[in-house]
Amino acid sequence: MSRYTSATDADRKEMLATIGVESIDELFADIPAALKLDESLALGPGLSEQEVFEELRALAARNVCTDDEISFLGAGMYDHYIPALIDSLILRSEFLTPYTPYQPEISQGVLQAMFEYQTAISELTGLPVSNASVYEGPSAVVAAGYVAKLARGRRRFVVSRGVHPHSREALRTLAHAWGMDVQEAPLKDGLTDLPGLDDEVSAVIVQQPNFLGAVEDLEATAAAAAEAGAISICACDPLPLALLKTPGECGVDIAVGEGQPLGNRLDYGGPSFGFFTTTEELIRRVPGRIAGETRDLDGRRGFVLTLQTREQHIRREKATSNITTAQALNALAGLIHLSWLGRRGIVELVELIVQRTAYARDRLCAIEGVELLHEQPVVREFALTLPVPVQEAVAACRERGVNPGYPLERDYPEHPDGLLVALTEKRTRADIDRLAEVLEAAVQAGARELEQVAQ
Amino acid sequence: MIREADDELTIFERSRAGRRAFVAPSLDVPERPLDELLAPALRRAEPPRLPEVAEPEIVRHFTRISKRNFDLDTGFYPLGSCTMKHNPKLHERIAALPGHAHLHPLQDPARAQGALELMWRLQQALGELAGLPHVSLHPSAGAHGELAGVLLTRAFHEDRGEHRSKVLIPDTAHGTNPATVTMGGYHVVAVGTDTQGNVDLDDLRAKASDDVACLMLTNPSTVGLFETGIEEIERIVHGVGATLYYDGANLNAIMGISRPGDMGFDIVHFNLHKTFTQPHGGGGPGAGPIAVSERIEPYLPRPQVVRRGGGSDEADAVYDLDYDRPKSIGRLRGFQGNYGVFVRSYAYIRSLGAPGLREVSEIAVLNANYLLAKLRQEGVLEYLPAAYDRLCMHEFVLSGAPMKRELKIRTLDLAKRLLDFGVHPPTVYFPLIVDEALLIEPTETETKETLDRFAERVAAILREAREDPEIARGAPHTTPVRRLDEAGAARRPVLRQRF
Amino acid sequence: MADASYPEDLLYHPEHDWARVEGEQATFGITWYAQDALGEVVFFDPPKVGDSVSKDEAYTEVESVKAVSDVVAPLSGEVVAINEALEQSPDKINEDPYGEGWLVKVKLSDPAETESLLDASTYEASLQ
Repeated sequence: MSRYTSATDADRKEMLATIGVESIDELFADIPAALKLDESLALGPGLSEQEVFEELRALAARNVCTDDEISFLGAGMYDHYIPALIDSLILRSEFLTPYTPYQPEISQGVLQAMFEYQTAISELTGLPVSNASVYEGPSAVVAAGYVAKLARGRRRFVVSRGVHPHSREALRTLAHAWGMDVQEAPLKDGLTDLPGLDDEVSAVIVQQPNFLGAVEDLEATAAAAAEAGAISICACDPLPLALLKTPGECGVDIAVGEGQPLGNRLDYGGPSFGFFTTTEELIRRVPGRIAGETRDLDGRRGFVLTLQTREQHIRREKATSNITTAQALNALAGLIHLSWLGRRGIVELVELIVQRTAYARDRLCAIEGVELLHEQPVVREFALTLPVPVQEAVAACRERGVNPGYPLERDYPEHPDGLLVALTEKRTRADIDRLAEVLEAAVQAGARELEQVAQ
Repeated sequence: MIREADDELTIFERSRAGRRAFVAPSLDVPERPLDELLAPALRRAEPPRLPEVAEPEIVRHFTRISKRNFDLDTGFYPLGSCTMKHNPKLHERIAALPGHAHLHPLQDPARAQGALELMWRLQQALGELAGLPHVSLHPSAGAHGELAGVLLTRAFHEDRGEHRSKVLIPDTAHGTNPATVTMGGYHVVAVGTDTQGNVDLDDLRAKASDDVACLMLTNPSTVGLFETGIEEIERIVHGVGATLYYDGANLNAIMGISRPGDMGFDIVHFNLHKTFTQPHGGGGPGAGPIAVSERIEPYLPRPQVVRRGGGSDEADAVYDLDYDRPKSIGRLRGFQGNYGVFVRSYAYIRSLGAPGLREVSEIAVLNANYLLAKLRQEGVLEYLPAAYDRLCMHEFVLSGAPMKRELKIRTLDLAKRLLDFGVHPPTVYFPLIVDEALLIEPTETETKETLDRFAERVAAILREAREDPEIARGAPHTTPVRRLDEAGAARRPVLRQRF
Repeated sequence: MADASYPEDLLYHPEHDWARVEGEQATFGITWYAQDALGEVVFFDPPKVGDSVSKDEAYTEVESVKAVSDVVAPLSGEVVAINEALEQSPDKINEDPYGEGWLVKVKLSDPAETESLLDASTYEASLQ
């Protein structure tokens, strides 16, 4: 008997008698004999709790995590400090183990948290309507694209090359199925260089700050999209929004993004959450769950899932999305993190990161041969070009305990020597100085090697 | 003046200017004027109106609202089609290990060997369970796995120069299936159900044509029955050159007993948050890996976790992310999928092993059939007959239509009355093809005593309704709030705090 | 919500829609049966004035909390007015389906189409 089931031999006998069959096998009589497995699966025996723990601990030990090196990796997910109260709260079984709140009378905690989450995310993006989360960042961009397709019915997306490469690839995957084209707007001096827009464009998609760290001019993008009758979509890093002009202030129609920087672990890429906010005009096209405020029979305030006719279980093939599972627990972690940071704290945190980023940018550019890939304003991430092969320089830094960032060559072949460096509040001045030191050494070593080859 | 009860305030209503929980680390670099770094024209006019609350109040707020939830660790949760099985506590401890939790998704694969090996081993295990040779862990949830499946189908046909336009879906399917098909750029064609709850084979034959790209089948179906005509279904669908998609939402019934691959299916999705026990978290996260046949493999999403070298000596094996997949449909999301979910599900598969997983399905089916028999014994089926009077798999459907007629209470009233007794109601009003439906899935982790108590409780509510139906109609009576005005919420949506 | 009623002066479409024909113009709405089956209506997505509607085809949707229903045009023509009050109070469709809960007014393109509609007693009989 496995440790997660309780049916003893005596239970089984009694239960089978009540059902009126002789054996458990009889319960599977509907499965054609030819389709029944006649041997055990090749999965080995079960293990004790202790053995399972040891096995997965050993696997964990074979990963180099952000505790093991000074990491400047970012590019969509960031190594922020996660306050202790988040774990303590989200591990409460009342948050951890219920399902989607289909019975609102016994789900007020989940529903109220969704409502508070929607409020907090709306405050960040400056747009009035938020859902209660989608899967994660790039699929949120796809979800926004689908809304634009349904709302406009035109055959083309214009997407900036400054949008995360994973988002662009995911959009292309779906656009193909929708019979739509994806036109890429190039970057010029680090910023999106928008082409002329005609009446075949459903949506214009940019990212803030963009993948190379630069702060984009959202107002111009939103205005150009509106002029062409297209929907403007912005994928946002949520923390910088504490400081930057909001998508709402800029006239953007849909702001989405990756929520991981808000209280969620790196987890090798997931689970995290995606956020989705928009204008009142598009409220009935929003994908996923939404909580709304209402009253009970006695007039007490309560919360329910609302505007459900948008969703797959009711509108079926005409739904605004097929999404069902949201990321409720991850979104809750995001809400708790935003509550912990608070109105002033979030600004102080981002200002600290801006200052350290500026310091890091100056320090690294002071290395001979290292240059800025662009000179636009940045918040927490910036791109450099190295005078030596980037993979070798990165490897040399790692050997000395510093992961200097993300090489751009796979996603931006036009920048074969590019390196994307990300900061969080966890990277101190000492860490930055250490990065400068090892990167300088790596660049010098690389330069010597290049010279030798040349000779 | 009486204020709104303290435990009903929102976090925003607890806010007072000047309070804080966060203290920033000290500025350790030379400060530069902010205007120089980010010009005022780039900055927002006002900071976001996030709450200003100190740590004690944050903790108390979320602890209090949490107590307004019913949860699986507290009581029985027979929510049909959701597989609300116990979530082992070990999994949270393992997932929180820094080597898993603090691993950056863009870490060089050579420095993430433990994670990639875990993913590779999970792929192997899921492939074995499905009876299919290749697995992608990429999709984020069941519906995302379905979408991947539909896109794989499209890629498969297009690679053969074929352009088909329809996908067949039985009318018992999850609502996600039709929505997925539309998002995947196909038209939905519904296939009927026969009187026994099986796919109507004549209807299927009539609708199968060379314009059909795929049949999406949930098996066991959403009425909790195994498709007895599965072999014929396979012949009909493959006969017109379409692919067979297996919605694995209900795999909990057949692990180690029968495999979709052996039934001839091309694509299967798994709901790791159902069958492989993720905590549901109030509605996510989950993961929706897919297993596919050899002919579908070239189109799998990118990147794919692969093992290189090693041969028989596993110690030499190297794990990697393979991006070089020219026929791939591409990405559906960022990075490598919901790794934290994979860690938990892999721990579960290792804990149970082959015999344990088979036992899961056996007891899940035993519990469901026992509960159905027990409800019959208690006289419940006189008012709530089984929609299909046969042995079920891991769940079964009752119809509350006679109860509504004779006792003057609806399925909704019965569900709400159950709330008063610390039981989460079954899924109600689904599947749509059964009038006043209740879909009941007890799962394998419940004891016989719990099932007995549930049956007795339902019987007691019916007896009570015979005396006084108003009690159920006004239920719940003991919950933090009573029935809520859902129509009002939808007519005038209030989706955020008013400041 | 009032009891079931099917006024004699209206014409009915089997998809549970009614038409009140006045010369070349008609007012459309959904029947008591339709609003009862749907439950509390929360949203009505009106067509635009000037849109053309075709007999037997859906021209809009009404939504309740957990259902969406197509609304079928009982007759063909061009929309000349919509019931703007429903934006604020879609519940009028439940409270007064034949009065304040009307949906659109249409200038008919083929008044002869009325011949295929049902009278109140025939429609009511079809509900049994």
